[in-house]
Amino acid sequence: MRSIPLVPAIVLLVIFLLGPVISSFYGSFTDASLTGSAAQGASFVGFANYAELFADPDFPKSVMLTLVFLVASAIVGQNVIGLGLAILMRSSNGFARGVVGTFVVSAWVLPEIVASFAAYAFFNDTGTLNTMLAAVGIDGTNWLYATPMLAVIIANIWRGTAFSMLVYSAALQDVPPEITESAEVDGARGWQRLVFITVPMIRRSISTNLMLTTLQTLSVFTLIFVMTGGGPGTDSSTLPVLAYQEAFQFGKLGFGTAIATILLLVGALFSIVYLRALKPEVD
Amino acid sequence: MKHTFTATVALAAAGLLALSGCSADDGGSSNTIKVAYQKFGTFTQLDDHMKEVKAAFEAENEGMTVELVPIEAQQNDYFTKLALMNQSASTAPDVMYEDTFMVESDADAGYLAPLDEYTESWEDWDAFYENAKSAGLGGDGKTYGIPMGTDTRALWYNTDVFEQAGVPVPWEPETWADVLDTAATIKAKLPDVVPLNVYSGKAQGEAAAMQGFEMLLYGTGDTLYDTDDKKWVTGSQGFVDSLTFIEDLYQGGLGPTPEQALDKNVGNLVSAEWFPQGTLAIGLDGSWLSGTWLETGTAPWPEWSDVMAQAPMPTQEGDEPGATSMSGGWTLAMGSKSENKDAAWDFIALALDKDNSQSYDIAASQIAVRSDVSEDPDYQAANPSFGFFSEIVAVTNFRPATSDYGQISSEITIAMEAVMTGQQSPAEAAAAYDEAVIGIVGEENTTSAK
Repeated sequence: MRSIPLVPAIVLLVIFLLGPVISSFYGSFTDASLTGSAAQGASFVGFANYAELFADPDFPKSVMLTLVFLVASAIVGQNVIGLGLAILMRSSNGFARGVVGTFVVSAWVLPEIVASFAAYAFFNDTGTLNTMLAAVGIDGTNWLYATPMLAVIIANIWRGTAFSMLVYSAALQDVPPEITESAEVDGARGWQRLVFITVPMIRRSISTNLMLTTLQTLSVFTLIFVMTGGGPGTDSSTLPVLAYQEAFQFGKLGFGTAIATILLLVGALFSIVYLRALKPEVD
Repeated sequence: MKHTFTATVALAAAGLLALSGCSADDGGSSNTIKVAYQKFGTFTQLDDHMKEVKAAFEAENEGMTVELVPIEAQQNDYFTKLALMNQSASTAPDVMYEDTFMVESDADAGYLAPLDEYTESWEDWDAFYENAKSAGLGGDGKTYGIPMGTDTRALWYNTDVFEQAGVPVPWEPETWADVLDTAATIKAKLPDVVPLNVYSGKAQGEAAAMQGFEMLLYGTGDTLYDTDDKKWVTGSQGFVDSLTFIEDLYQGGLGPTPEQALDKNVGNLVSAEWFPQGTLAIGLDGSWLSGTWLETGTAPWPEWSDVMAQAPMPTQEGDEPGATSMSGGWTLAMGSKSENKDAAWDFIALALDKDNSQSYDIAASQIAVRSDVSEDPDYQAANPSFGFFSEIVAVTNFRPATSDYGQISSEITIAMEAVMTGQQSPAEAAAAYDEAVIGIVGEENTTSAK
């Protein structure tokens, strides 16, 4: 009877997590549609959606874009810059810490749609960036059109770095100063202390943070949709944007959920890799 | 331990059932009818119309309430939101504003209720033109939508800009090449003016497919759909040529920049800013465009009828009949999940009686589909462009009225976007379209162009 107190939590999990997952999984095997006869009652079509998906040249491109977005903006961008900021802020004075912290965190505090519009206004053809470049005599390109992935990656780094910075700031507090000090006495240089002392000691935080930022970045939709709409063409259609377009713009709900299911699998795969590679449970 | 776990899961499942049992069915008290329609950007005339009809309806029918649900969304998003509303009885509208090209598809989806039993005893029904009535038919031959008005499409041009560029007016292009040549002349003389706008790309949805692509394709001699064989046409030269026109326009710098063209807002910009400010010379656009410039519109422009002129869209090589157009139009339809169908019908009948049809057709610059409206001198005098756009009904075409059209139209916009952004050549994009069409309707429902 000890599990009774868990009932509310389990009920909520089943309704809000397991339910949608199962319904998405099931939906991906049907021809569910927003209009036409299939909207009346979807019928089971087996792997037809997946077969169509794998034959679609947009799909591998979308998977690649998703991975590029993930690696560049979350795994490298947010994590490395977040860790770097956390380390720098640790050794800086209170004033600098306050100023930098406020700037970085303000991007994270903004609601997603506001942050997306801010990024759009920044990278837009006549936006802040090009206005600033023009002031120093550089004729900037149309970033959202010419380099859509670069623009959304930078926007996502800007928006998400605060989270990593906060996680790593907290983790660094737990690294006992006497260990780093003794390493310093033993003659370890700065980067050696970082690689051989600090990083191994905050391994668990790194694993957790990688997992959280990965899952969050995989599901980024608003930012890309507002900034580029997945375009031009399909040049920034990551899996969530592609799933939205197929399901809601083109009315193919079943096909859209098949993409969502693939996205779910990609997320699960990364989670397993992090859990295995960084072994957070052993210490 | 095992037992308690099973019990927990059982409890959870019970909770889930209890929760799912109490969903649905809270709307739909039958004294309220819900009316869903589009309101977006410069298109506010329908909102005004619905508010007036609501007041009249509630005054006539004591105790009834009309709940207006204006859906603020661009065209494709409107279809999506409407379809999502229609999926559940608790949100489904009683009356909805429905595009003629979605009627068959949504009737198939079971969203719409047939109206034949009501039209039989509706004396106004005889006043509607036959071809307009047929636009509201479902695949089963029943009437699902009552037409509000129709439209045609042609080239609008700003005569002030033409004069500045030294192009003689009236402008009478006879081939596609004439259109592009004029655009090139304007570009050379007035580099700050966008010479020619043709809607294109996914963001414009049906506007790109119909006002843009089909206005070209139906002037090549090829079509999208073979109505005799009931098969979709693949591999036609006209398709490639139409995409080439889009490529020439956008890659050749004769249109808006592709990034302007891919902005969801471009339709509003064209009517509210570009044409009135003289920054756009020619636009391939709809007969309703002037609605924005009327006193009742969102961007009144009293001088519009002196400045703006129209020319029919020529066929590719000037072949017979020399010009082409596309027609669509919107209807009011009844939701199949309506709990008070009689009241819903009364609302539709009131909204589209002679006086209300006329005031809406004038406000929204619609071509009338009721003979009593189109013959009314007030209607004819209301807008100097009505005469022109009614005349090109003679050369107009209709979209394939099949339930697959919606999806195939999306594929057209994908091909357009690939070409306008230079990602694919017209031939490549046409081949990708052919493949997508085969994927949607099956190989057996397609036919190769000869």
